[in-house]
Amino acid sequence: MSTTVDRIARERAESEAHELVRAWDGRAAGLGGFLGRIGNVDQVGVEERAAGLAKRSIKRESKLWALDLAIRMIDLTTLEGKDTRGKIHALCQKAKRPDPGDPTIPSVAAVCVYPALVADAKAALAGSGVKVASVATGFPSGQTFLEIKLAETSRAIEAGADEVDMVIDRGAFLSGDYAAVFDEIVAVKASCGQTHLKVILETGELGTYDNVRRASILAMAAGADFIKTSTGKVTPAATLPVTLVMLEAIRDFERRTGRAVGMKPAGGIRTSKEAIAYLVVLYETLGPRWMTPDRFRFGASSLLNDVLMQIRKERDGRYSGVDYFTLD
Amino acid sequence: MTTSRDHTVTKRPASDAVGRGTASPSSWGFGDGQAIPWEYAPAPESREIVKLQSRYGLFVGGKEIAPRSGQWFTTLDPATEEPLAEVARAGVEDVENAVAVARRAFRRSWGELPGRERAKYLFRIARILQERSREFAVLETLDTGKPIKESRDVDIPLVAAHFWYYAGWADKLDYAFPGRTAQPLGVAAQVIPWNFPLLMLAWKIAPALAAGNTVVLKPASSTPLSALLFADVCRQADLPPGVVNIVTGPGEIGLALVKHPDVDKVAFTGSTAVGKQIGRAIAGSGKALTLELGGKAANIVFDDAPLDQAIEGIVNGIFFNQGEVCCAGSRLLVQESIAEPLVEKLKDRLATLRVGDPLDKNTDVGAINNAAQLAKIEELIEAGVAEGAELYQPACDLPERGYWVRPTLFTNVAQSHRIAQEEIFGPVLSVLTFRTPDEAVEKANNTPYGLSAGVWTEKGSRILKMVKELRAGVVWANTFNRFDPTSPFGGYKESGFGREGGLHGLLAYVRLEDR
Amino acid sequence: MARPTRAVAKSAPQAAEAPERVAVRKTYKIYIGGGFPRSESGRSYVVRAADGTPLANAVRGSRKDVRDAVRAARAAFPSWDARTAMNRGQVLYRVAELLEGRRDQFEAEVGQAEGLSAGEARAQVDRAIDRWVWYAGWADKISQVLGTVNPVAASYFDFTIPEATGVVGVVAPEGSSLLGLVSRLAPVLVGGNTAVVVASESRPLPAVTLSEVLATSDVPGGVVNLITGLRKELVPPLAAHMDVNAIDAWGVPAEMVAAVEEAAIENVKRVARAPRGGGERIDWLDDRAAQRPEWIAAFLEMKTVWHPIGV
Repeated sequence: MSTTVDRIARERAESEAHELVRAWDGRAAGLGGFLGRIGNVDQVGVEERAAGLAKRSIKRESKLWALDLAIRMIDLTTLEGKDTRGKIHALCQKAKRPDPGDPTIPSVAAVCVYPALVADAKAALAGSGVKVASVATGFPSGQTFLEIKLAETSRAIEAGADEVDMVIDRGAFLSGDYAAVFDEIVAVKASCGQTHLKVILETGELGTYDNVRRASILAMAAGADFIKTSTGKVTPAATLPVTLVMLEAIRDFERRTGRAVGMKPAGGIRTSKEAIAYLVVLYETLGPRWMTPDRFRFGASSLLNDVLMQIRKERDGRYSGVDYFTLD
Repeated sequence: MTTSRDHTVTKRPASDAVGRGTASPSSWGFGDGQAIPWEYAPAPESREIVKLQSRYGLFVGGKEIAPRSGQWFTTLDPATEEPLAEVARAGVEDVENAVAVARRAFRRSWGELPGRERAKYLFRIARILQERSREFAVLETLDTGKPIKESRDVDIPLVAAHFWYYAGWADKLDYAFPGRTAQPLGVAAQVIPWNFPLLMLAWKIAPALAAGNTVVLKPASSTPLSALLFADVCRQADLPPGVVNIVTGPGEIGLALVKHPDVDKVAFTGSTAVGKQIGRAIAGSGKALTLELGGKAANIVFDDAPLDQAIEGIVNGIFFNQGEVCCAGSRLLVQESIAEPLVEKLKDRLATLRVGDPLDKNTDVGAINNAAQLAKIEELIEAGVAEGAELYQPACDLPERGYWVRPTLFTNVAQSHRIAQEEIFGPVLSVLTFRTPDEAVEKANNTPYGLSAGVWTEKGSRILKMVKELRAGVVWANTFNRFDPTSPFGGYKESGFGREGGLHGLLAYVRLEDR
Repeated sequence: MARPTRAVAKSAPQAAEAPERVAVRKTYKIYIGGGFPRSESGRSYVVRAADGTPLANAVRGSRKDVRDAVRAARAAFPSWDARTAMNRGQVLYRVAELLEGRRDQFEAEVGQAEGLSAGEARAQVDRAIDRWVWYAGWADKISQVLGTVNPVAASYFDFTIPEATGVVGVVAPEGSSLLGLVSRLAPVLVGGNTAVVVASESRPLPAVTLSEVLATSDVPGGVVNLITGLRKELVPPLAAHMDVNAIDAWGVPAEMVAAVEEAAIENVKRVARAPRGGGERIDWLDDRAAQRPEWIAAFLEMKTVWHPIGV
């Protein structure tokens, strides 16, 4: 990519981000003033609210629709040092056709892989609607140099990635260098061009809900298309309260700036029951417009089989077993 | 003329008792009606677990007995107006009998029992309540109209916890008051309200029995059933007869009970007006008295409050138990600089509240307890509109039968409006603004009541300052409507005197003497 | 040190010699807002010694005096309550110092009022001073005995602390002119309350002298207000006053108790009553019976506070 194009893209991303900051803040203020107006979160209160929402029970017909939606929202993930073309191939078949015996089961939204395996994934998914999401920017720790992060992003996109999942610089964030975090996201967004960018906050390292809210607003103002909880490499990963905090931030952000951002909880969501609880929280906070894979994804792997099992149970009336669902 | 965003109400047929919010929050950017098949199931808790008798006598001397008055009355399910059961309507002779029985039990059995034995009876009661918790939750919801979610998750667990807590005090009274020994007062007359029938019973009976008193308790006439089922728990626990006596009937019977000359102690929870009536009735009698009366609590939100959690606190504060709570946060005092965004979020949140069948586990707001209260609430809502406050109610269908009020919000309320001064005891929130902390304190304290208050701010020193300045017996900071048997509850000023819960709750039921 | 004033008209025989010096007789005034006004009613009544000899004219206070006193007590409350506990304790201790300094005067007045021997009067004054000291020392300790941290079953910090209730009306015991009054007044003040005292009707003079001590102490004006006069004229308006938060009814005569409680409930006043049998039966000299921290607590409100514990 020529440096001129880089520079233009960068400038555009920056000015768009600054527009968003202004819109949030209601006036032309620097980042400091902007961050001051983000507000805080009470831990006990938010955890109680999330627990209360989890007690909602939805109609059986709604439940079937929700399970189907959950599948369509899954980013089927493999992010291991030992990933090979063979593993990717198997995963992608599963992603396209989760239940070989049941053609009514939809495909998942995307597969999520390391940059080196994007090309293989792309090839394996050719002709299907399933997207390829690539992690980038020194996933999972982000502890490398900016040029490397940007180069990795560009190369992943060249290899065919439809979506990029970046990690924020937690070191910079926790030491208070919010401007660095912000600028980095702007730069990555510029490298993405039209490619869809998810920003991973790594909530398990941020330590407080206040920080999660701050990081969420920051990422959205910098141009994120999605904000995502976790890399899945750190516990705790996604939780209901953390998700609620991020969804509330998204709601406030859209109200102030008009920009709608998506959300992806990732890691630790293993059962249909949990998935439905997340959908309840989503519905109660953002409403029907977000109940779509364009605005909500599950970063998961073992969740898929549990959902398939629940669908089978709803249809047959019998509890199923692990042997009836493929492990790819 | 005030503007109202209320939609025209379409009443649904009686068979479909589920009401649900059909408005969506404005932040969803969506008109009414949804394009996706997302619906909450009516998830009704089954009634089967409750075996209602067709008729309930009084519980006196360990037995169910017919009233000497020969009279009965009916108790209804306020969500459907269906009758639930017939209940004895005690007369003065029944009151006299019950007090005599309680006195005998005090003299002969309970008053002689060492604390450690009393403790074991109370522990038994606590355990049985836990075992039968679902049954009690369903019965309480049927008789009061409160959502099953609340009776199951709040009322009943607290009831068992109260007995559990006070059971442990029964044999430790020598350590409760330094240098003093605590003796029981004798026979306690206890009159309780309809908003938390079983919980109010627990707040009264547990400390009374732990301290060695016997009791005659009169539940509210619209909600007698959980007290009568509690009588069954006393039987199951083999509580000595006459220690607990339940006398059902109307308000006059409560008055007759407290006036009875052989009563040593009177405890009342209810309206300030009736509390004063009781105070006058026993003036000069030398009886010990505690009162837990009304309130008009201020819920104060500063501009640095954690907003979404403050919204939850505000909503809980006024819509928990349909706002039929003495310590309800019925006045929202919001800092003027954030008033507009807060009220917008609040309105959005109101639109997600589900009003309907109390037995449905998804229901957030249940039925109003009785017809008289419904009339009072409606009168005050009309007064609010007439006074010039701005009314907002989210659109939701209400069932054809039963007593219902939509969650209601009034903005542009001034301190001098009736809806800012009088206790409404319903799901109606009045929103006022303030500019500085001093002004917030002044407005919050500017009432004859003083039961509770809420403060929302992230700043620690400000929390403690507000706590210090607010003249209220309970201050919730960054939370609201929290209760616990170890935590003393009661009011300043015309909200009453005496505390229930905790060490301080024992004071009401003892006479302190030298060792 | 001033010589104790001789009592007025102590059976002076019509002697041939003139008395050595004409005494400057004391005028006994009421004590409101830190000053000594006369009653707005302009009335007085004769106070007699135990043996019937007239001692002085005391002010016959009116309900308007009660009204003024309550107003002064209410105005003084916020700053008295806002003082640190230690400061309040020190201020009250200094009152005991001043009482000690004027003990001879008190012994004479108490002895005359109650018909006591010198030894008995001394015992009364000794105990009154000691009792005042005892209560002063409670100021910065009472919240540690009454306050609690409550172990609630959820992630909240929950504590209960005592606070002053506000303006307390004290109907002083009729018989015990100094010790009884001190025993009822000191616990009210220790907790941060302000007081409107209706003195003993038949034996008010030591109470007025006590007011003089208070006026020269560091106790701010309005914290204690003291009115002399007839019970039947002073107690009802005090009991009915809507800006009085509590009544100490130990000195209320038995036949008035019911009316006092009925009037008091109109604004839900806290009423502290003597135990069954009456407040006059108590032996004020008996520390175990007559001084208790519960009587500080009787005029305190328990405030419970909740706050979430979280990051």
